[in-house]
Amino acid sequence: MAYPASMEESKRKVEETRPRRLEKGPCARIPEAEREELVSKFHPDYRKEQFRELRLGPNKGRPAPLEIADVLEGNSRIDPDKVDIENIDYEVDVLVIGCGGAGGSAALLAEENGASVLIASKLRLGDANTIGAQAGTQGCDRANDSPIMHYLDIVGGGHFTNNPELAEALAKDSPDVIRWLESLGVNWDKEPDNSYHELSGGGASRRRMHSCRDYTGLEEMRVIRDEIRQRNWHGKKIDWLEFEPAIELLMDGKGQVAGAILMNLETKRMTIVRAKAVIMATGGLGRTHIQGFPTTNHYGATADGLVLAYRVGCRLVDIDTMQYHPTGAAFPPQVLGLLVTEKVRTLGAEIVNCDGEQFVHPLEARDTEASAEIRECKERGKGVATPTGELGCWLDSPMIEIKRGEGTIRRELPAMVRQFSRFNIDITKEPILVYPTLHYQNGGIMIEADASTPVPGLFAAGECEGGVHGRNRLIGNSTLDLFVFGRRAGRAAAKWVKEVKLGKLTLEHVRKWQRELKEAGLESMPVSPMLLPNYANQEKPVPGFQPLGQISGYTPFGDRAVRWI
Amino acid sequence: MAETKIEEKAEKKIRMLNIYIMGKHYEAPEGLTIQTALEHCGYNIVRGCGCRAGFCGACATIYSFTHDPTISYALACQKEIEQNMVILQMPFFPSTEALYNLEDLEPKEGENKLLELYPDLLTCFGCNNCTKTCPQDLLVMDFVSDALRGDYEKVHEKSFDCVLCGLCAARCPQGIQPYNIALAARRLRGSYLTPVPQHNLDRVKEIEEGKFDAELEALKKSDGAELRRRYAEREIEPAL
Repeated sequence: MAYPASMEESKRKVEETRPRRLEKGPCARIPEAEREELVSKFHPDYRKEQFRELRLGPNKGRPAPLEIADVLEGNSRIDPDKVDIENIDYEVDVLVIGCGGAGGSAALLAEENGASVLIASKLRLGDANTIGAQAGTQGCDRANDSPIMHYLDIVGGGHFTNNPELAEALAKDSPDVIRWLESLGVNWDKEPDNSYHELSGGGASRRRMHSCRDYTGLEEMRVIRDEIRQRNWHGKKIDWLEFEPAIELLMDGKGQVAGAILMNLETKRMTIVRAKAVIMATGGLGRTHIQGFPTTNHYGATADGLVLAYRVGCRLVDIDTMQYHPTGAAFPPQVLGLLVTEKVRTLGAEIVNCDGEQFVHPLEARDTEASAEIRECKERGKGVATPTGELGCWLDSPMIEIKRGEGTIRRELPAMVRQFSRFNIDITKEPILVYPTLHYQNGGIMIEADASTPVPGLFAAGECEGGVHGRNRLIGNSTLDLFVFGRRAGRAAAKWVKEVKLGKLTLEHVRKWQRELKEAGLESMPVSPMLLPNYANQEKPVPGFQPLGQISGYTPFGDRAVRWI
Repeated sequence: MAETKIEEKAEKKIRMLNIYIMGKHYEAPEGLTIQTALEHCGYNIVRGCGCRAGFCGACATIYSFTHDPTISYALACQKEIEQNMVILQMPFFPSTEALYNLEDLEPKEGENKLLELYPDLLTCFGCNNCTKTCPQDLLVMDFVSDALRGDYEKVHEKSFDCVLCGLCAARCPQGIQPYNIALAARRLRGSYLTPVPQHNLDRVKEIEEGKFDAELEALKKSDGAELRRRYAEREIEPAL
């Protein structure tokens, strides 16, 4: 048994209350009026002191989380006067920045529609939040379901703040996304009659979660990545650069986005890419650790796309709202903040407090569920303390085996079983300690239904774009979003490049940005995009050395064109 | 309660372990994973770090001990450090992948597409290094022999939890690429052997034909009160 003695007593109470909970069933859902009060009192989005108004750029005067405001108001990593943008390394139709589910599917669709494509990925192809998505992808394809029902769930879940055109696109494209992924070789879980095995999810009125065990995102991503690689060989129309994030967009004299400056993370050399269209698909921002929360996000989730798009004039929508996943691991410390998929609750696990009592329906929308946990731990004092001082609630996974029969967990949740067994916790027999963790950026770059932004030549897809989910996203709609808007962006960009005539490349927008920073008295802000978090323990550093990703301690321009080291 | 906890914590001395990163000696506190131990020792990782949660295979790592040269394998984000561990991260392995166009690969009776793509499969002599290497504890050699027989279903079943870290290929004395072979097998199965179900195709067709357009259009235009009413009154299907 891996739980320390201090947690064993509470664990025993969870075991003792199981028969009673089984008899009673899940507790009632929270009525709408109470829900609003709960969320506004306990959800981290409502802590006013954790936000500030942006002081320049398209969102000037609007609030953003402090950590995001810092990168949005950052200095450019380049000195526009020292970069030779005439010395072009790559000339392509479409540059895709980022290669998760959105960037990958955008690249495939752009290629299918006749464009030459270059992908610039900060880490490896496919190193993205997509790969860690476990629960599934929504698709309204069962007989009792429809895009109407899906639409209602999307906008209701988003508290009616979604962009209706984007919500419609998400619902309407969903069955085709499922079909497309299967045609590329994704192995969806199926029933014996070959129909999809579809589960329900928090806030969804129909069973429409398509899953691949609890490795859904991994399965989607490895198929998309493989297809990209195969298309590179067959005709060489998709190419890619790994470990080369974009550090600034390029524009032409006509106000169109016309490529990007990339930086090789290993050699620190620049790569100049001229492209007729750019698709921003850089994903989320969990590694900025908003309000100090741990995160489920991958190593490179640092809001880079928001920063680059903001500097060329894109407005950001709902950037002051984040999703805190209700079930981040709270114990053991080695997995703190990592995702425990919502599928655990979908399958029948309940959330209970230190006394083994239910206090919230297990399938509320995520903001509600997370707020209820915070209330239980922080206000009611019913959380469970870990030896390192974290608080959490129990996610009573063994209930799944009781409700659905022995062996269900191993079959449906192999990743979770493996994850916890590495730390000697058997989730088929023991509950999991959970607490909300920073999971998803609800908002992002403002787009139209074809994934275009107001800046000509720039498209955005996936987590970095906003408006689809309003102020709260439902389970299974993020992986869906990736492919819906990735595919739309790919198609729209391929169409755009057939018409556009680029002018001369310029970095005038960077000069303008630096001037505005200075006028606002912000010239000493750190550089951005952040690229990577800095987790290296910097005891006794060499004086003046600025490590990768450090966002405090701004170094003024040196001799180098790229601000680095 | 909270105060006593902090005192207890301060009293309990953290045990420092000797580790050797690519042979160089460092000390790191017990309880860290290989990944966080690297960071504790001052490394700012660029390669060899992805999801940090055991899903992406970026942090494949080889380790042994100063007192025991037996080579072991792990994902750096999932493995705790141990005393006298000697660590080498292997974030990239130069493996080759067969080239194919999925559209040309429909499996036919009596043909083994996997063997056509990966003739090296025939050279497996059963040393089982691949299975011993797998940080996901998959039965790699088993699915390699399933692939040899063209049993896509079994390869899919046994290899599904593969995170493509590449360690199996790195250790194969014959240069076989089990993870790439399994990926091809799963794609063939998903694409050809399990057709898209009719209920999905029907819905795609209905949407293309515009069956829901008028009602969606009305919903998009309806005012907040109407939308809230429809949302609150919608019937919720019970979980399976």
